[in-house]
Amino acid sequence: MPMSPTNPPLLTRKELDAQLGGAARAWLDEALAEAEHAAAHQDTEQPGGPYAAPPWELRYAAAGRHAGLEHADSVRALLLIEARATLPALTRLYEQGTAAERRAVLLTLHRLDLGPTALPLVEDALRTNDTRLIAAAVGPYAATHLEAHNWRHAVLKCLFTGVGVEAVDGLARRARGDAELARMLGDFAAERIAAGRDVPADLTRVLELTTPGAAAPTEES
Amino acid sequence: MRIFDPHIHMTSRTTDDYQAMYDAGVRALVEPSFWLGQPRTSPASFFDYFDALLGWEPFRAAQYGIAHHCTLALNPKEANDPRCTPVLDALPRYLVKDSVVAVGEIGYDSMTPAEDTALATQLQLAADHGLPALVHTPHRDKLAGLHRTIDVVRESHLPPERVLLDHLNETTVKDARDSGCWAGFSIYPDTKMDEDRMIAILRIYGTEKILVNSAADWGRSDPLKTRKVGDAMLAAGFGDDDVDKVLWRNPVEFYGQSGRLQLGIATPEPLHEGNSILRGGE
Ligand SMILES: [Zn+2]
Repeated sequence: MPMSPTNPPLLTRKELDAQLGGAARAWLDEALAEAEHAAAHQDTEQPGGPYAAPPWELRYAAAGRHAGLEHADSVRALLLIEARATLPALTRLYEQGTAAERRAVLLTLHRLDLGPTALPLVEDALRTNDTRLIAAAVGPYAATHLEAHNWRHAVLKCLFTGVGVEAVDGLARRARGDAELARMLGDFAAERIAAGRDVPADLTRVLELTTPGAAAPTEES
Repeated sequence: MRIFDPHIHMTSRTTDDYQAMYDAGVRALVEPSFWLGQPRTSPASFFDYFDALLGWEPFRAAQYGIAHHCTLALNPKEANDPRCTPVLDALPRYLVKDSVVAVGEIGYDSMTPAEDTALATQLQLAADHGLPALVHTPHRDKLAGLHRTIDVVRESHLPPERVLLDHLNETTVKDARDSGCWAGFSIYPDTKMDEDRMIAILRIYGTEKILVNSAADWGRSDPLKTRKVGDAMLAAGFGDDDVDKVLWRNPVEFYGQSGRLQLGIATPEPLHEGNSILRGGE
């Protein structure tokens, strides 16, 4: 399937430092210092008014134009981690964010100490038709926390919208022995065949993974 | 011919339009926030609209190989409704977004005191955020509206070279240019400007600081008018470089003042039957 959105690996601080120019690196240093400050003063400093945002959140919005669009996900993830972003902050950043800002929240959820509390953000992303958001929503956080019904629909949605199933974290582990997922995939395949359309190669691949004894491939991360 | 449409409301257009625009040479556009035809009754409706201009619409455009940027503002018409004016308080959190390249459309509709306030406030927001401003000139009482607009711009902290006065015509072009602002012309099928009148204006005033747009929206309009002006320019004896200046380099220079233009999208992602847009409501 051509050009399906995937989640490129997020760069570490060290890797970013090696790739960013001088001005961008200085900007990132200041941004991370502001995020660290916010983490240290989480209990004492509250935003003033419904639309006010702490300085590091403004940096979060501006990451694309200061560090380059190709590094925006990585920079935003580092900011969230450095700020030890809480659920209210994450929810605000997601709800008030561009698609790119929402994507970075989704890509970072599993690296923050949230338990299942951030699932509403994942479920919101899975209701969209924006393939960049869908791909980001089916990462490690969903693999751990998304309950079976919504997880099966997420896999099906990837097949519907052309998001390559390699984006689905923990696919082999969660699909193994899932008879209900197998039924849904079989019905989807039958619908495609009835319409005279091809069955996506990814569908066949996931269907094989639902076999109870299917071996977990080593590629699974 | 590479084309940058500096003013088009894609929210109201179909994917067929995106395809036809790409085929005609459109590779970048700016979608200003404006009135949707149906009046809004709360700030929340604006926020959903702004979110669409920062999320779904750029996604649609990218599927057709077109770079999408936007301008955000409380429009002059709805600036008169006190249920909508709290949008002004929320604008700062939107104006920091990466794909916002100007404050707009601002300006006058009926030239009321509420419109005075919204215009002055938003010119200041543009200055505070290092953004240029897209200023709509009124359809009724146009020349008086232009003069009042220029006065408010002069009183603001925004220098004229960071202001684009849009929807100009033969009666307003001279004073608009004398103000030092950029001059925008919306080419419509039967109102405002047409291609031939645009050529006449380019012959008199040259190609410096002049922008041409389709301003296509939910009304009778044509998203390919930019291309038609380019073709009319060539037929009238203008060179390829003149066309490129008006239809590409000028909008890049004006909106580039924001420091936020990202024109990286070169080729369209191939569409396939599993595509989330083709699948529509799914
Ligand atoms: Zn408009």
